[in-house]
Amino acid sequence: MAKNTTQKLFTDPVVAGLRAGERKATVLLHESLDAIDARNKRVNAYLSVAREHATARAAEIDAMAPAERGKLRLAGLPCGIKDVLTVEGLPATASSRILKGYQPPYTATAVQKLIDAGAVIVGKLNCDEFAMGSSNENSAYGVVRNPHGEDRVPGGSSGGSAAAVAAGMAPVTLGTDTGGSIRQPAAFCGVVGVLPTYGRVSRYGLIAFASSLDRVGPLAGNVRDAAEVLGVIAGHDVMDATSSTAPVPDYTEGLDKGVKGMRLGVPAEYFGEGLDPEVREAVEGTIARLKAEGAEVKPISLPHTRYAVPTYYVIATAEASANLARFDGVRYGFRAPEAETLAQMYRKTRDLGFGAEVKRRILLGTYVLSAGYYDAYYKKAQQVRRLLAQDFLNAFAEVDAIVTPTTPTPAFKIGEKSDDPLAMYLADIYTVTANLAGICGASVPCGVSKDGLPIGIQILGKHFDEATVLRVGQAVERLQETA
Amino acid sequence: MTERDAVSLEDVRRVAELAQLELSSDEETRMQRDLSAILGYVQQLNELDTAKVEPLAQIAALLHGAERENASLREDEVRASLERKRVMASAPVADESYFKVPKVIER
Repeated sequence: MAKNTTQKLFTDPVVAGLRAGERKATVLLHESLDAIDARNKRVNAYLSVAREHATARAAEIDAMAPAERGKLRLAGLPCGIKDVLTVEGLPATASSRILKGYQPPYTATAVQKLIDAGAVIVGKLNCDEFAMGSSNENSAYGVVRNPHGEDRVPGGSSGGSAAAVAAGMAPVTLGTDTGGSIRQPAAFCGVVGVLPTYGRVSRYGLIAFASSLDRVGPLAGNVRDAAEVLGVIAGHDVMDATSSTAPVPDYTEGLDKGVKGMRLGVPAEYFGEGLDPEVREAVEGTIARLKAEGAEVKPISLPHTRYAVPTYYVIATAEASANLARFDGVRYGFRAPEAETLAQMYRKTRDLGFGAEVKRRILLGTYVLSAGYYDAYYKKAQQVRRLLAQDFLNAFAEVDAIVTPTTPTPAFKIGEKSDDPLAMYLADIYTVTANLAGICGASVPCGVSKDGLPIGIQILGKHFDEATVLRVGQAVERLQETA
Repeated sequence: MTERDAVSLEDVRRVAELAQLELSSDEETRMQRDLSAILGYVQQLNELDTAKVEPLAQIAALLHGAERENASLREDEVRASLERKRVMASAPVADESYFKVPKVIER
Protein backbone atom coordinates (compact mmCIF):
# COMPACT_ATOMS: atom_id res chain seq x y z
CA MET A 1 0.00 0.00 0.00
CA ALA A 2 1.48 3.31 -1.07
CA LYS A 3 0.51 5.53 1.81
CA ASN A 4 -0.20 9.13 0.94
CA THR A 5 1.43 10.91 3.84
CA THR A 6 -0.10 14.29 2.99
CA GLN A 7 -3.66 12.99 3.46
CA LYS A 8 -4.98 13.49 6.98
CA LEU A 9 -7.39 10.71 7.94
CA PHE A 10 -9.16 12.52 10.80
CA THR A 11 -10.34 16.02 11.61
CA ASP A 12 -9.78 17.72 14.96
CA PRO A 13 -12.67 17.25 17.44
CA VAL A 14 -14.90 20.31 17.68
CA VAL A 15 -17.72 19.51 20.10
CA ALA A 16 -15.87 20.08 23.41
CA GLY A 17 -14.33 23.31 22.08
CA LEU A 18 -17.73 24.62 21.07
CA ARG A 19 -19.19 23.85 24.47
CA ALA A 20 -16.30 25.67 26.17
CA GLY A 21 -16.69 28.67 23.88
CA GLU A 22 -13.20 28.15 22.44
CA ARG A 23 -14.66 27.61 18.99
CA LYS A 24 -17.34 29.73 17.39
CA ALA A 25 -20.52 28.20 15.99
CA THR A 26 -20.74 30.91 13.32
CA VAL A 27 -17.20 30.23 12.13
CA LEU A 28 -17.78 26.47 11.91
CA LEU A 29 -21.07 26.96 10.12
CA HIS A 30 -19.49 29.33 7.61
CA GLU A 31 -16.78 26.77 6.90
CA SER A 32 -19.52 24.22 6.20
CA LEU A 33 -21.54 26.63 4.04
CA ASP A 34 -18.42 27.69 2.12
CA ALA A 35 -17.64 24.03 1.39
CA ILE A 36 -21.24 23.54 0.25
CA ASP A 37 -20.99 26.55 -2.07
CA ALA A 38 -17.69 25.33 -3.45
CA ARG A 39 -18.46 21.65 -3.97
CA ASN A 40 -22.08 20.65 -3.48
CA LYS A 41 -23.02 21.33 -7.10
CA ARG A 42 -20.62 18.56 -8.09
CA VAL A 43 -20.67 16.27 -5.01
CA ASN A 44 -24.49 16.56 -4.61
CA ALA A 45 -24.47 15.61 -0.91
CA TYR A 46 -27.16 18.09 0.18
CA LEU A 47 -30.68 18.02 -1.25
CA SER A 48 -31.72 21.13 0.71
CA VAL A 49 -29.83 23.66 2.84
CA ALA A 50 -31.45 25.58 5.71
CA ARG A 51 -28.99 28.47 5.32
CA GLU A 52 -30.88 31.31 7.00
CA HIS A 53 -32.25 29.34 9.91
CA ALA A 54 -28.85 27.75 10.58
CA THR A 55 -27.04 31.09 10.40
CA ALA A 56 -29.45 32.68 12.88
CA ARG A 57 -29.21 29.73 15.27
CA ALA A 58 -25.38 29.70 15.19
CA ALA A 59 -25.31 33.42 16.02
CA GLU A 60 -27.69 32.81 18.92
CA ILE A 61 -25.40 30.12 20.35
CA ASP A 62 -22.31 32.33 20.06
CA ALA A 63 -24.15 35.13 21.86
CA MET A 64 -25.06 32.91 24.82
CA ALA A 65 -23.50 33.38 28.25
CA PRO A 66 -20.75 30.78 28.81
CA ALA A 67 -22.67 29.06 31.63
CA GLU A 68 -25.77 28.73 29.47
CA ARG A 69 -23.80 27.45 26.47
CA GLY A 70 -21.91 25.03 28.72
CA LYS A 71 -25.19 23.25 29.45
CA LEU A 72 -25.71 22.49 25.76
CA ARG A 73 -23.76 19.34 25.01
CA LEU A 74 -23.57 20.05 21.28
CA ALA A 75 -23.65 23.85 21.44
CA GLY A 76 -23.44 25.24 17.91
CA LEU A 77 -22.41 21.98 16.23
CA PRO A 78 -23.42 22.08 12.55
CA CYS A 79 -25.18 18.81 11.63
CA GLY A 80 -26.51 17.51 8.31
CA ILE A 81 -29.43 15.08 8.38
CA LYS A 82 -30.03 12.15 6.02
CA ASP A 83 -33.25 12.82 4.14
CA VAL A 84 -35.01 9.75 5.55
CA LEU A 85 -35.35 11.51 8.92
CA THR A 86 -38.05 14.12 9.36
CA VAL A 87 -37.32 17.70 10.44
CA GLU A 88 -40.33 19.93 10.79
CA GLY A 89 -40.04 22.86 8.38
CA LEU A 90 -37.70 21.05 5.98
CA PRO A 91 -38.69 18.72 3.13
CA ALA A 92 -38.31 14.93 3.60
CA THR A 93 -38.04 13.06 0.31
CA ALA A 94 -36.16 9.87 1.22
CA SER A 95 -34.55 10.66 -2.17
CA SER A 96 -37.74 9.40 -3.84
CA ARG A 97 -40.07 11.02 -6.34
CA ILE A 98 -43.01 9.61 -4.40
CA LEU A 99 -42.29 12.01 -1.50
CA LYS A 100 -41.60 15.06 -3.66
CA GLY A 101 -43.13 18.08 -1.95
CA TYR A 102 -43.77 16.30 1.36
CA GLN A 103 -43.45 18.61 4.38
CA PRO A 104 -43.42 16.44 7.50
CA PRO A 105 -45.52 17.79 10.39
CA TYR A 106 -43.09 16.58 13.07
CA THR A 107 -39.39 16.12 13.85
CA ALA A 108 -37.64 12.78 14.34
CA THR A 109 -36.63 12.14 17.97
CA ALA A 110 -32.92 11.75 17.15
CA VAL A 111 -32.95 15.11 15.37
CA GLN A 112 -34.98 16.77 18.13
CA LYS A 113 -32.41 15.62 20.66
CA LEU A 114 -29.65 17.20 18.56
CA ILE A 115 -31.60 20.45 18.34
CA ASP A 116 -32.33 20.43 22.08
CA ALA A 117 -28.60 19.95 22.75
CA GLY A 118 -27.78 23.07 20.73
CA ALA A 119 -26.85 21.55 17.36
CA VAL A 120 -27.45 23.62 14.24
CA ILE A 121 -29.26 21.77 11.45
CA VAL A 122 -27.53 22.61 8.15
CA GLY A 123 -29.83 20.73 5.77
CA LYS A 124 -31.02 17.40 4.38
CA LEU A 125 -28.66 14.91 2.80
CA ASN A 126 -28.93 12.81 -0.33
CA CYS A 127 -29.09 9.03 -0.04
CA ASP A 128 -30.26 5.98 -1.97
CA GLU A 129 -34.02 6.03 -2.45
CA PHE A 130 -35.63 4.85 0.82
CA ALA A 131 -32.09 3.96 1.96
CA MET A 132 -31.99 1.07 -0.52
CA GLY A 133 -28.59 0.83 -2.11
CA SER A 134 -24.85 0.62 -1.58
CA SER A 135 -23.65 3.36 -3.94
CA ASN A 136 -26.05 6.32 -3.70
CA GLU A 137 -26.81 5.80 -7.40
CA ASN A 138 -30.47 5.06 -6.61
CA SER A 139 -31.42 8.61 -5.63
CA ALA A 140 -34.20 10.25 -7.66
CA TYR A 141 -32.23 13.49 -7.22
CA GLY A 142 -28.93 12.40 -8.77
CA VAL A 143 -25.84 10.46 -7.74
CA VAL A 144 -23.55 11.62 -4.94
CA ARG A 145 -19.86 11.77 -5.88
CA ASN A 146 -17.05 10.65 -3.57
CA PRO A 147 -15.05 13.73 -2.49
CA HIS A 148 -11.85 11.61 -2.66
CA GLY A 149 -12.42 10.78 -6.34
CA GLU A 150 -15.41 12.23 -8.13
CA ASP A 151 -15.65 9.31 -10.57
CA ARG A 152 -16.24 7.05 -7.54
CA VAL A 153 -19.37 6.29 -5.56
CA PRO A 154 -19.50 7.53 -1.95
CA GLY A 155 -21.12 4.27 -0.87
CA GLY A 156 -24.67 3.96 0.30
CA SER A 157 -27.19 4.36 1.37
CA SER A 158 -26.00 7.26 3.60
CA GLY A 159 -23.73 8.48 0.76
CA GLY A 160 -24.62 12.14 1.25
CA SER A 161 -24.02 11.90 5.02
CA ALA A 162 -20.51 10.48 4.49
CA ALA A 163 -19.58 12.72 1.54
CA ALA A 164 -20.69 15.84 3.44
CA VAL A 165 -18.35 15.07 6.34
CA ALA A 166 -15.50 14.16 3.96
CA ALA A 167 -15.91 17.41 2.00
CA GLY A 168 -16.16 19.61 5.11
CA MET A 169 -19.84 20.41 4.47
CA ALA A 170 -20.65 19.54 8.11
CA PRO A 171 -18.44 18.25 10.94
CA VAL A 172 -21.12 15.72 11.88
CA THR A 173 -24.13 14.15 10.13
CA LEU A 174 -26.81 11.60 10.92
CA GLY A 175 -27.20 8.55 8.75
CA THR A 176 -29.14 5.32 8.96
CA ASP A 177 -27.86 1.76 8.67
CA THR A 178 -30.04 -1.22 7.70
CA GLY A 179 -27.33 -3.44 6.17
CA GLY A 180 -24.22 -1.27 6.30
CA SER A 181 -25.56 2.09 5.18
CA ILE A 182 -23.55 4.12 7.72
CA ARG A 183 -20.39 2.01 7.89
CA GLN A 184 -19.87 1.27 4.19
CA PRO A 185 -20.10 4.92 3.02
CA ALA A 186 -18.01 5.99 6.04
CA ALA A 187 -15.30 3.58 4.84
CA PHE A 188 -15.56 4.73 1.21
CA CYS A 189 -15.38 8.44 2.15
CA GLY A 190 -12.76 8.13 4.89
CA VAL A 191 -14.87 9.19 7.86
CA VAL A 192 -16.02 7.64 11.15
CA GLY A 193 -19.48 6.02 11.10
CA VAL A 194 -21.20 4.43 14.10
CA LEU A 195 -23.88 1.73 14.04
CA PRO A 196 -25.58 1.82 17.45
CA THR A 197 -27.12 -1.33 18.94
CA TYR A 198 -30.68 -2.13 17.85
CA GLY A 199 -32.90 -0.14 20.22
CA ARG A 200 -30.18 2.28 21.33
CA VAL A 201 -31.45 5.24 19.26
CA SER A 202 -35.13 6.00 18.65
CA ARG A 203 -36.42 5.57 15.09
CA TYR A 204 -39.46 7.81 15.60
CA GLY A 205 -39.51 10.06 12.54
CA LEU A 206 -37.38 7.71 10.46
CA ILE A 207 -39.03 6.76 7.17
CA ALA A 208 -38.91 3.01 7.70
CA PHE A 209 -37.18 0.57 5.34
CA ALA A 210 -36.79 -2.68 7.33
CA SER A 211 -37.94 -2.22 10.91
CA SER A 212 -36.14 -5.15 12.52
CA LEU A 213 -32.83 -3.90 11.07
CA ASP A 214 -32.97 -0.07 10.75
CA ARG A 215 -30.74 2.05 13.01
CA VAL A 216 -29.94 5.75 13.26
CA GLY A 217 -26.35 6.78 13.96
CA PRO A 218 -23.71 9.50 13.61
CA LEU A 219 -20.95 10.09 11.06
CA ALA A 220 -18.07 12.41 11.94
CA GLY A 221 -14.51 13.32 11.07
CA ASN A 222 -13.16 11.79 14.28
CA VAL A 223 -14.19 9.27 16.94
CA ARG A 224 -14.61 11.76 19.79
CA ASP A 225 -17.20 13.89 18.00
CA ALA A 226 -19.10 10.76 16.98
CA ALA A 227 -19.10 9.63 20.63
CA GLU A 228 -20.43 13.03 21.77
CA VAL A 229 -23.29 12.89 19.26
CA LEU A 230 -24.16 9.27 20.04
CA GLY A 231 -24.44 10.15 23.73
CA VAL A 232 -27.01 12.81 22.87
CA ILE A 233 -29.20 10.85 20.45
CA ALA A 234 -29.21 7.55 22.40
CA GLY A 235 -31.88 6.62 24.91
CA HIS A 236 -35.44 5.52 25.43
CA ASP A 237 -38.28 7.24 23.60
CA VAL A 238 -41.96 6.73 24.40
CA MET A 239 -42.69 7.23 20.70
CA ASP A 240 -40.64 4.15 19.70
CA ALA A 241 -41.61 0.95 21.48
CA THR A 242 -38.46 -0.77 20.17
CA SER A 243 -36.20 1.75 21.87
CA SER A 244 -34.34 0.43 24.90
CA THR A 245 -34.59 1.66 28.48
CA ALA A 246 -30.97 0.66 29.15
CA PRO A 247 -29.07 3.60 30.68
CA VAL A 248 -26.88 5.67 28.33
CA PRO A 249 -23.26 6.00 29.50
CA ASP A 250 -20.97 8.93 28.76
CA TYR A 251 -19.29 7.60 25.64
CA THR A 252 -16.40 10.09 25.85
CA GLU A 253 -15.37 8.74 29.24
CA GLY A 254 -12.70 6.09 28.90
CA LEU A 255 -12.29 6.81 25.19
CA ASP A 256 -8.53 7.22 25.61
CA LYS A 257 -7.95 4.13 27.74
CA GLY A 258 -6.46 2.27 24.78
CA VAL A 259 -6.62 -1.42 23.92
CA LYS A 260 -4.10 -2.85 26.37
CA GLY A 261 -5.44 -6.15 27.67
CA MET A 262 -8.46 -6.03 25.42
CA ARG A 263 -9.38 -9.23 23.55
CA LEU A 264 -9.92 -8.54 19.85
CA GLY A 265 -11.42 -11.29 17.69
CA VAL A 266 -10.40 -11.63 14.05
CA PRO A 267 -12.89 -13.80 12.12
CA ALA A 268 -11.28 -15.80 9.31
CA GLU A 269 -14.52 -15.58 7.29
CA TYR A 270 -14.02 -11.83 6.75
CA PHE A 271 -10.56 -12.19 5.22
CA GLY A 272 -11.28 -14.72 2.47
CA GLU A 273 -11.71 -14.65 -1.28
CA GLY A 274 -12.81 -11.35 -2.78
CA LEU A 275 -10.96 -9.13 -0.29
CA ASP A 276 -8.93 -6.49 -2.12
CA PRO A 277 -5.17 -6.85 -1.33
CA GLU A 278 -4.79 -3.19 -0.37
CA VAL A 279 -7.75 -3.37 2.01
CA ARG A 280 -6.32 -6.55 3.53
CA GLU A 281 -2.91 -4.95 4.02
CA ALA A 282 -4.34 -1.84 5.66
CA VAL A 283 -6.66 -3.75 8.00
CA GLU A 284 -4.14 -6.47 8.93
CA GLY A 285 -1.49 -3.79 9.47
CA THR A 286 -3.83 -1.93 11.82
CA ILE A 287 -4.62 -5.10 13.75
CA ALA A 288 -0.89 -5.82 14.12
CA ARG A 289 -0.36 -2.35 15.55
CA LEU A 290 -3.27 -2.76 17.97
CA LYS A 291 -1.54 -5.93 19.11
CA ALA A 292 1.68 -3.99 19.59
CA GLU A 293 -0.33 -1.59 21.76
CA GLY A 294 -1.18 -4.47 24.07
CA ALA A 295 -4.39 -5.94 22.63
CA GLU A 296 -4.76 -9.69 22.71
CA VAL A 297 -5.60 -10.67 19.12
CA LYS A 298 -7.51 -13.96 18.84
CA PRO A 299 -8.51 -15.80 15.67
CA ILE A 300 -12.22 -16.61 15.83
CA SER A 301 -14.86 -18.15 13.58
CA LEU A 302 -18.30 -16.84 12.65
CA PRO A 303 -19.24 -19.94 10.68
CA HIS A 304 -22.52 -18.78 9.12
CA THR A 305 -21.12 -15.56 7.67
CA ARG A 306 -21.50 -16.60 4.04
CA TYR A 307 -25.25 -16.96 4.50
CA ALA A 308 -25.68 -13.40 5.76
CA VAL A 309 -26.25 -11.61 2.44
CA PRO A 310 -28.95 -14.01 1.18
CA THR A 311 -30.61 -13.95 4.63
CA TYR A 312 -30.51 -10.18 4.68
CA TYR A 313 -32.03 -9.74 1.24
CA VAL A 314 -34.99 -11.95 2.13
CA ILE A 315 -35.71 -10.29 5.49
CA ALA A 316 -35.00 -6.69 4.46
CA THR A 317 -37.11 -6.89 1.30
CA ALA A 318 -39.99 -8.62 3.08
CA GLU A 319 -40.12 -5.86 5.67
CA ALA A 320 -39.68 -3.18 3.00
CA SER A 321 -42.60 -4.48 0.97
CA ALA A 322 -44.81 -4.00 4.03
CA ASN A 323 -43.36 -0.64 5.10
CA LEU A 324 -43.63 0.84 1.61
CA ALA A 325 -47.29 -0.13 1.22
CA ARG A 326 -48.13 3.21 2.87
CA PHE A 327 -46.97 5.16 -0.19
CA ASP A 328 -50.22 5.10 -2.10
CA GLY A 329 -50.80 8.67 -3.26
CA VAL A 330 -53.39 9.32 -0.57
CA ARG A 331 -51.66 10.81 2.44
CA TYR A 332 -48.35 12.41 1.47
CA GLY A 333 -46.22 13.56 -1.39
CA PHE A 334 -46.92 12.67 -4.97
CA ARG A 335 -50.12 11.37 -6.62
CA ALA A 336 -50.16 10.38 -10.28
CA PRO A 337 -52.54 12.58 -12.28
CA GLU A 338 -55.31 11.20 -14.49
CA ALA A 339 -56.18 8.05 -12.58
CA GLU A 340 -59.88 7.28 -12.83
CA THR A 341 -60.20 4.50 -10.30
CA LEU A 342 -58.64 3.98 -6.88
CA ALA A 343 -56.71 0.93 -8.10
CA GLN A 344 -55.32 2.91 -11.03
CA MET A 345 -54.32 5.71 -8.72
CA TYR A 346 -52.35 3.36 -6.45
CA ARG A 347 -50.57 1.67 -9.33
CA LYS A 348 -49.74 4.72 -11.41
CA THR A 349 -48.58 6.64 -8.34
CA ARG A 350 -46.30 3.80 -7.29
CA ASP A 351 -45.11 3.15 -10.85
CA LEU A 352 -44.13 6.79 -11.41
CA GLY A 353 -43.07 7.43 -7.82
CA PHE A 354 -40.68 4.54 -7.13
CA GLY A 355 -37.32 3.93 -8.82
CA ALA A 356 -36.15 0.58 -10.21
CA GLU A 357 -34.30 -0.69 -7.12
CA VAL A 358 -37.22 0.10 -4.82
CA LYS A 359 -39.61 -1.73 -7.15
CA ARG A 360 -37.21 -4.67 -7.33
CA ARG A 361 -37.12 -4.94 -3.55
CA ILE A 362 -40.87 -4.53 -3.15
CA LEU A 363 -41.41 -7.32 -5.69
CA LEU A 364 -38.82 -9.56 -4.07
CA GLY A 365 -40.29 -8.93 -0.61
CA THR A 366 -43.82 -9.55 -1.81
CA TYR A 367 -42.66 -12.75 -3.50
CA VAL A 368 -40.95 -14.21 -0.41
CA LEU A 369 -43.98 -13.41 1.74
CA SER A 370 -46.57 -14.71 -0.71
CA ALA A 371 -48.62 -17.87 -0.26
CA GLY A 372 -46.57 -20.98 -0.94
CA TYR A 373 -43.19 -19.24 -0.55
CA TYR A 374 -43.38 -17.85 2.99
CA ASP A 375 -41.93 -20.91 4.74
CA ALA A 376 -39.37 -21.62 2.04
CA TYR A 377 -37.90 -18.13 2.01
CA TYR A 378 -39.01 -15.87 4.86
CA LYS A 379 -39.19 -18.41 7.66
CA LYS A 380 -35.98 -20.04 6.46
CA ALA A 381 -34.21 -16.68 6.53
CA GLN A 382 -35.46 -15.98 10.06
CA GLN A 383 -34.09 -19.34 11.18
CA VAL A 384 -30.71 -18.61 9.64
CA ARG A 385 -30.85 -15.17 11.25
CA ARG A 386 -30.85 -16.88 14.64
CA LEU A 387 -27.79 -18.92 13.67
CA LEU A 388 -25.99 -15.76 12.55
CA ALA A 389 -26.86 -13.95 15.80
CA GLN A 390 -25.77 -16.98 17.82
CA ASP A 391 -22.37 -16.92 16.04
CA PHE A 392 -21.79 -13.47 17.52
CA LEU A 393 -23.04 -14.37 21.01
CA ASN A 394 -20.63 -17.33 21.01
CA ALA A 395 -17.74 -15.16 19.81
CA PHE A 396 -18.41 -12.46 22.37
CA ALA A 397 -18.08 -15.03 25.15
CA GLU A 398 -14.38 -15.06 24.26
CA VAL A 399 -13.57 -11.58 22.95
CA ASP A 400 -14.42 -7.97 23.82
CA ALA A 401 -14.70 -6.73 20.24
CA ILE A 402 -14.29 -8.03 16.69
CA VAL A 403 -12.23 -6.34 13.98
CA THR A 404 -12.72 -6.85 10.23
CA PRO A 405 -12.54 -4.89 6.99
CA THR A 406 -15.65 -2.72 6.54
CA THR A 407 -15.82 -3.34 2.79
CA PRO A 408 -14.18 -5.84 0.41
CA THR A 409 -12.79 -3.04 -1.80
CA PRO A 410 -12.27 0.73 -1.71
CA ALA A 411 -14.93 2.88 -3.41
CA PHE A 412 -15.86 1.50 -6.84
CA LYS A 413 -16.56 3.55 -9.95
CA ILE A 414 -19.92 5.19 -10.61
CA GLY A 415 -21.84 2.87 -12.95
CA GLU A 416 -19.57 -0.12 -12.27
CA LYS A 417 -22.22 -2.24 -10.52
CA SER A 418 -25.43 -0.33 -11.19
CA ASP A 419 -26.64 -2.87 -13.76
CA ASP A 420 -26.05 -5.94 -11.60
CA PRO A 421 -28.10 -5.96 -8.37
CA LEU A 422 -26.44 -9.10 -7.03
CA ALA A 423 -22.92 -7.67 -7.45
CA MET A 424 -24.11 -4.53 -5.67
CA TYR A 425 -25.58 -6.55 -2.79
CA LEU A 426 -22.21 -8.22 -2.23
CA ALA A 427 -20.72 -4.79 -1.40
CA ASP A 428 -22.48 -5.29 1.96
CA ILE A 429 -20.93 -8.68 2.67
CA TYR A 430 -19.06 -7.63 5.85
CA THR A 431 -21.70 -5.26 7.22
CA VAL A 432 -25.11 -6.98 7.01
CA THR A 433 -24.26 -9.47 9.76
CA ALA A 434 -24.26 -6.80 12.49
CA ASN A 435 -27.73 -5.63 11.49
CA LEU A 436 -29.10 -9.16 11.52
CA ALA A 437 -27.55 -9.82 14.96
CA GLY A 438 -28.56 -6.45 16.45
CA ILE A 439 -25.04 -5.72 17.69
CA CYS A 440 -23.23 -2.38 17.51
CA GLY A 441 -20.24 -1.38 15.43
CA ALA A 442 -18.32 1.33 13.69
CA SER A 443 -16.12 1.97 10.68
CA VAL A 444 -12.98 3.99 11.27
CA PRO A 445 -10.45 5.07 8.60
CA CYS A 446 -7.27 2.96 8.71
CA GLY A 447 -5.47 3.69 5.47
CA VAL A 448 -5.49 4.93 1.91
CA SER A 449 -5.15 2.97 -1.33
CA LYS A 450 -2.52 3.80 -3.92
CA ASP A 451 -5.28 5.60 -5.85
CA GLY A 452 -5.88 7.85 -2.83
CA LEU A 453 -9.11 6.12 -1.79
CA PRO A 454 -9.86 5.66 1.93
CA ILE A 455 -9.97 2.23 3.59
CA GLY A 456 -12.02 1.50 6.72
CA ILE A 457 -11.66 -0.99 9.55
CA GLN A 458 -14.88 -2.29 11.07
CA ILE A 459 -15.12 -2.74 14.83
CA LEU A 460 -18.06 -4.82 16.11
CA GLY A 461 -19.18 -4.90 19.73
CA LYS A 462 -21.60 -6.64 22.05
CA HIS A 463 -25.17 -5.43 22.36
CA PHE A 464 -25.16 -2.05 24.12
CA ASP A 465 -21.36 -1.98 24.35
CA GLU A 466 -20.76 1.02 22.09
CA ALA A 467 -18.22 2.28 24.66
CA THR A 468 -15.80 -0.55 23.82
CA VAL A 469 -16.27 -0.10 20.06
CA LEU A 470 -15.52 3.62 20.36
CA ARG A 471 -12.51 2.96 22.57
CA VAL A 472 -11.01 0.65 19.93
CA GLY A 473 -11.92 3.23 17.29
CA GLN A 474 -10.09 5.93 19.22
CA ALA A 475 -7.04 3.66 19.46
CA VAL A 476 -7.13 3.21 15.66
CA GLU A 477 -7.40 6.96 15.23
CA ARG A 478 -4.41 7.55 17.50
CA LEU A 479 -2.35 4.96 15.57
CA GLN A 480 -2.88 6.91 12.38
CA GLU A 481 -1.85 10.16 13.98
CA THR A 482 1.36 8.71 15.33
CA ALA A 483 2.17 6.87 12.08
CA MET B 1 -37.67 -23.43 -1.70
CA THR B 2 -37.53 -26.15 -4.27
CA GLU B 3 -34.74 -26.82 -6.70
CA ARG B 4 -33.92 -23.69 -8.67
CA ASP B 5 -37.45 -22.88 -9.70
CA ALA B 6 -36.82 -19.81 -11.82
CA VAL B 7 -39.25 -16.93 -11.55
CA SER B 8 -41.65 -16.80 -14.51
CA LEU B 9 -43.17 -13.72 -16.14
CA GLU B 10 -46.47 -14.89 -14.65
CA ASP B 11 -44.92 -14.81 -11.18
CA VAL B 12 -43.67 -11.27 -11.74
CA ARG B 13 -47.13 -10.15 -12.86
CA ARG B 14 -48.76 -11.85 -9.88
CA VAL B 15 -46.53 -10.19 -7.26
CA ALA B 16 -46.71 -6.85 -9.07
CA GLU B 17 -50.46 -7.02 -8.73
CA LEU B 18 -50.21 -7.94 -5.04
CA ALA B 19 -47.82 -5.04 -4.47
CA GLN B 20 -49.96 -2.56 -6.45
CA LEU B 21 -47.19 -1.92 -8.94
CA GLU B 22 -47.77 -1.34 -12.63
CA LEU B 23 -44.81 -2.55 -14.66
CA SER B 24 -44.04 -1.88 -18.32
CA SER B 25 -43.22 -4.98 -20.36
CA ASP B 26 -39.54 -3.99 -20.35
CA GLU B 27 -39.66 -3.76 -16.57
CA GLU B 28 -41.38 -7.15 -16.34
CA THR B 29 -38.58 -8.80 -18.32
CA ARG B 30 -35.90 -7.04 -16.31
CA MET B 31 -37.51 -7.96 -12.98
CA GLN B 32 -37.94 -11.58 -14.07
CA ARG B 33 -34.21 -11.75 -14.79
CA ASP B 34 -33.19 -9.99 -11.53
CA LEU B 35 -35.57 -11.89 -9.25
CA SER B 36 -34.46 -15.22 -10.74
CA ALA B 37 -30.80 -14.31 -10.14
CA ILE B 38 -31.37 -13.10 -6.57
CA LEU B 39 -33.62 -16.00 -5.55
CA GLY B 40 -31.17 -18.42 -7.19
CA TYR B 41 -28.49 -16.96 -4.93
CA VAL B 42 -30.79 -17.27 -1.90
CA GLN B 43 -31.12 -21.04 -2.59
CA GLN B 44 -27.81 -21.60 -0.78
CA LEU B 45 -29.70 -21.21 2.52
CA ASN B 46 -30.98 -24.72 1.79
CA GLU B 47 -27.52 -26.09 2.58
CA LEU B 48 -28.33 -25.45 6.25
CA ASP B 49 -30.50 -27.83 8.24
CA THR B 50 -32.74 -25.51 10.24
CA ALA B 51 -35.43 -28.03 11.18
CA LYS B 52 -34.77 -27.47 14.88
CA VAL B 53 -34.06 -23.72 14.76
CA GLU B 54 -36.70 -21.28 16.01
CA PRO B 55 -37.23 -18.35 13.63
CA LEU B 56 -35.88 -15.03 14.96
CA ALA B 57 -38.13 -12.11 14.03
CA GLN B 58 -36.33 -9.43 15.98
CA ILE B 59 -33.34 -9.24 18.19
CA ALA B 60 -34.88 -8.30 21.52
CA ALA B 61 -36.28 -11.84 21.62
CA LEU B 62 -32.69 -13.14 21.78
CA LEU B 63 -31.51 -10.87 24.57
CA HIS B 64 -33.26 -12.53 27.52
CA GLY B 65 -32.29 -10.74 30.65
CA ALA B 66 -30.66 -7.84 28.88
CA GLU B 67 -34.00 -6.14 29.01
CA ARG B 68 -37.20 -6.89 30.83
CA GLU B 69 -39.96 -7.94 28.48
CA ASN B 70 -42.39 -5.11 27.68
CA ALA B 71 -40.23 -2.75 29.71
CA SER B 72 -40.65 -0.07 27.11
CA LEU B 73 -44.43 -0.20 26.80
CA ARG B 74 -45.89 3.13 27.88
CA GLU B 75 -48.89 3.78 30.05
CA ASP B 76 -52.18 3.59 28.16
CA GLU B 77 -53.35 7.14 28.69
CA VAL B 78 -54.89 9.89 26.58
CA ARG B 79 -52.29 12.24 25.11
CA ALA B 80 -52.27 14.94 22.46
CA SER B 81 -51.49 13.72 18.94
CA LEU B 82 -50.49 15.64 15.83
CA GLU B 83 -52.82 18.40 14.79
CA ARG B 84 -55.16 17.25 12.04
CA LYS B 85 -54.74 20.38 9.93
CA ARG B 86 -51.00 19.96 9.75
CA VAL B 87 -51.27 16.29 8.84
CA MET B 88 -53.88 16.95 6.14
CA ALA B 89 -51.66 19.68 4.66
CA SER B 90 -49.31 16.96 3.37
CA ALA B 91 -52.00 15.16 1.37
CA PRO B 92 -52.07 15.64 -2.42
CA VAL B 93 -55.88 16.09 -2.40
CA ALA B 94 -57.92 16.72 0.74
CA ASP B 95 -60.63 18.90 2.12
CA GLU B 96 -60.63 20.10 5.72
CA SER B 97 -60.99 16.74 7.36
CA TYR B 98 -60.88 13.99 4.68
CA PHE B 99 -58.40 12.60 2.21
CA LYS B 100 -59.95 12.64 -1.25
CA VAL B 101 -59.52 9.69 -3.61
CA PRO B 102 -61.14 8.62 -6.89
CA LYS B 103 -64.62 7.14 -6.50
CA VAL B 104 -64.47 3.62 -5.02
CA ILE B 105 -68.08 2.41 -5.30
CA GLU B 106 -69.63 2.33 -8.76
CA ARG B 107 -73.37 2.69 -9.00
